[in-house]
Amino acid sequence: MELSGAQMVMECLAREGVEHIFGLPGGSNLPLYDALPQYPQMQHILVKHEQCAAHAADGYARVTGKVGVCFATSGPGATNLVTGIANAWMDSVPMVAITGEVVTGLIGRDGFQEADITGITLPITKHNYLALDVHELPGMVREAFYIASTGRPGPVLIDIPRDVFQQRAEFVYPEKVELRGYRPNVVADREQVNKAVELIAKSERPLILAGHGVIISGAFDELREFAEKANIPVITTLLGIGGFPGSHPLNLGMPGMHGMYWNNIAISESDLVLGIGMRFDDRVTGRLRDFAPGAKIIHVDIDAAEIGKNVQPAAALHGDVKAVLSELNKLVEHRERPDWFARLDDLKREHPSITIRETDRLLPQYVIQKIYDCSGDDFYTVTGVGQHQMWAAQYYRSDKPARFVTSGGLGTMGFEIAAALGVQVAKPGDLVWSICGDGGFQMTLQNLAVISEHNLPIKFAIMNNSYLGMVRQWQTLFYGDRRIATPLKNPDFVKLAEAYDILGMRVTDKSQVESVIYKAIDHPGPVVIDFQVRGDENIFPMVPPGAALQETIDLPQFEEEKVETLA
Amino acid sequence: MRELRPHTIIALVEDRPGVLNRIANKWRQRGFNIESLAVGHSETPGLSRMTIVVDANTDADQVVKQLDKLVEVVEIRDISEERKVARELALVKVHATAQNRSQIIEIVDIFRAEIVDVGPDSVIIEVTGEGDKIDTMFNLLVDYGIVEMVRTGSVALVRGPASSTPARHDLGEEPFERYPESEPPYSDK
Repeated sequence: MELSGAQMVMECLAREGVEHIFGLPGGSNLPLYDALPQYPQMQHILVKHEQCAAHAADGYARVTGKVGVCFATSGPGATNLVTGIANAWMDSVPMVAITGEVVTGLIGRDGFQEADITGITLPITKHNYLALDVHELPGMVREAFYIASTGRPGPVLIDIPRDVFQQRAEFVYPEKVELRGYRPNVVADREQVNKAVELIAKSERPLILAGHGVIISGAFDELREFAEKANIPVITTLLGIGGFPGSHPLNLGMPGMHGMYWNNIAISESDLVLGIGMRFDDRVTGRLRDFAPGAKIIHVDIDAAEIGKNVQPAAALHGDVKAVLSELNKLVEHRERPDWFARLDDLKREHPSITIRETDRLLPQYVIQKIYDCSGDDFYTVTGVGQHQMWAAQYYRSDKPARFVTSGGLGTMGFEIAAALGVQVAKPGDLVWSICGDGGFQMTLQNLAVISEHNLPIKFAIMNNSYLGMVRQWQTLFYGDRRIATPLKNPDFVKLAEAYDILGMRVTDKSQVESVIYKAIDHPGPVVIDFQVRGDENIFPMVPPGAALQETIDLPQFEEEKVETLA
Repeated sequence: MRELRPHTIIALVEDRPGVLNRIANKWRQRGFNIESLAVGHSETPGLSRMTIVVDANTDADQVVKQLDKLVEVVEIRDISEERKVARELALVKVHATAQNRSQIIEIVDIFRAEIVDVGPDSVIIEVTGEGDKIDTMFNLLVDYGIVEMVRTGSVALVRGPASSTPARHDLGEEPFERYPESEPPYSDK
């Protein structure tokens, strides 16, 4: 059958099972939009800014495991995607971005709305393409989905000039993908597996550090079986949250910069750290040379380049987490480690890192905990970046996997609105909380119009402290409390919500919290809640930037209104 | 920082526009220091073979692993520890007068180099060998006055009958083609 380039792209998307596309049209991708009505099995969601399209595709992909798809036009449309693509890149999220490009005759001649988007996205995509011939399109799209979703997932961009969209040719769908330089299927070396089993058997003080890889490979059951069988406590990294049941007795919560005090000390005392589907990021390790000084490392990762990048493992298990854990589960043996568990219990008892103090003030951590308490056992949480994100991570206890969506590697403020949009589109019947900062909320709030238009019942909980809170905390602790460019003059968020025809509510007093949360959950449409929380609240524990995990500052017993500067 | 000597890495890459840019981009992004790079056609049409020499302070393991992630990099290996033949070609233009030309020729003979151009006041010497040999000869020629020099960077192959970059399925690794199951790894657990 003869198709236009635009139809070929849509035909390929249909064959990949794409159901939702987030995007915004413009001159260069108009032919693609013109072909949309011929494919009613796909719903297009028009966003207000392309960054939202990329974040929405990102959130969508994280909760479905499918490839998220976004469209943008050439030039500014494409460059507006960049933050969203970088975010997906850092967090290994499968995404295909299709951008329009100026006509082939104009490429390289600074045409109107021309930007070298394949050049720009080179360092933040797993792969990218510039299509110069309509015959290449079916193979490119198929490859793009294959590359985005296999191995360590990531974003792939296809840049298509307007005239290539319009050219017609016979549609030939490739039977299979043949990429001689791309081999996503790796099987961990048998010798290394045996070595890992031996290290585990010998270890007296082991810890599992479970990361995003557990969720990406769907290894929830395998990780649980492994932890229980080998009897090893599990620490989940920020992106690993939801890879291991929150209420499981072996779950120790988050490590690192704002992780649990007990975890940071335990890592420092451990004799074996099993990094499973994680990359020993600086926010996890603290000062690298003092990370887990007494521990041997077992590193399981599908990306060979992560193994040995930051820490040198004693056993390197290069493979898919699910497959490696299945293998280990056949071989590991149970071992009682009473002293180690007693030590962990002591640490937890002596340093109850995340206890919320008694006060009449409205504390953000109290609000977040209440949201969790009131939302039952199956709901999605999307966060922005900053203090509220860390509290949301610290108090998260859900047993359901892959329901905590946050921007980890890139730390993109504004992610909370756009990603929640994608999550709710993917999970139309489920409760989705977007826990927002007042700063981040204002970075992508134009997309409230999209949420209102589609009546996506997202519950936005703004932790409104009238500051760029995390930055203010660093100023307080490390810059003599000089609060430069961090106080925020905020709009009336309730009125703002109402302007978008969204229910807005304000909470200024602790006593209102629960009833407003329930009211939001019961409301059939989207809700914006302006929680006017204490502005000077700081997030602890904290590893000061550049410090080692051993130097974690535990939850200090500061006087309510006074925080001492460490500068 | 495993050891203080340069690493020789060879790669087979797709012969397509933009590939060198992708590779160079990784170097820049990850801060790898490249001493030399030589690229040309390989024995297989559509594939180029690259020889990359990275300086001793660069983590060669990371260079190999990061470049291997590029879709266009088909095979890549660090052959520093292998028995190998590594050669570089240099052209050196040296001031030469009637008086000292014979001394220069003597040096050229010692290094089994060749004079490929002779002018009234200069000669161009072509020399092939490992980098050390070229350095040594260069040092001897400095006194005569070197006008200019150009070096290709090292090219290398592993000694013996086997390919320097054996296909990985020959090494027992899984073949590359397998489309993932259409179901995502988790849907509604």
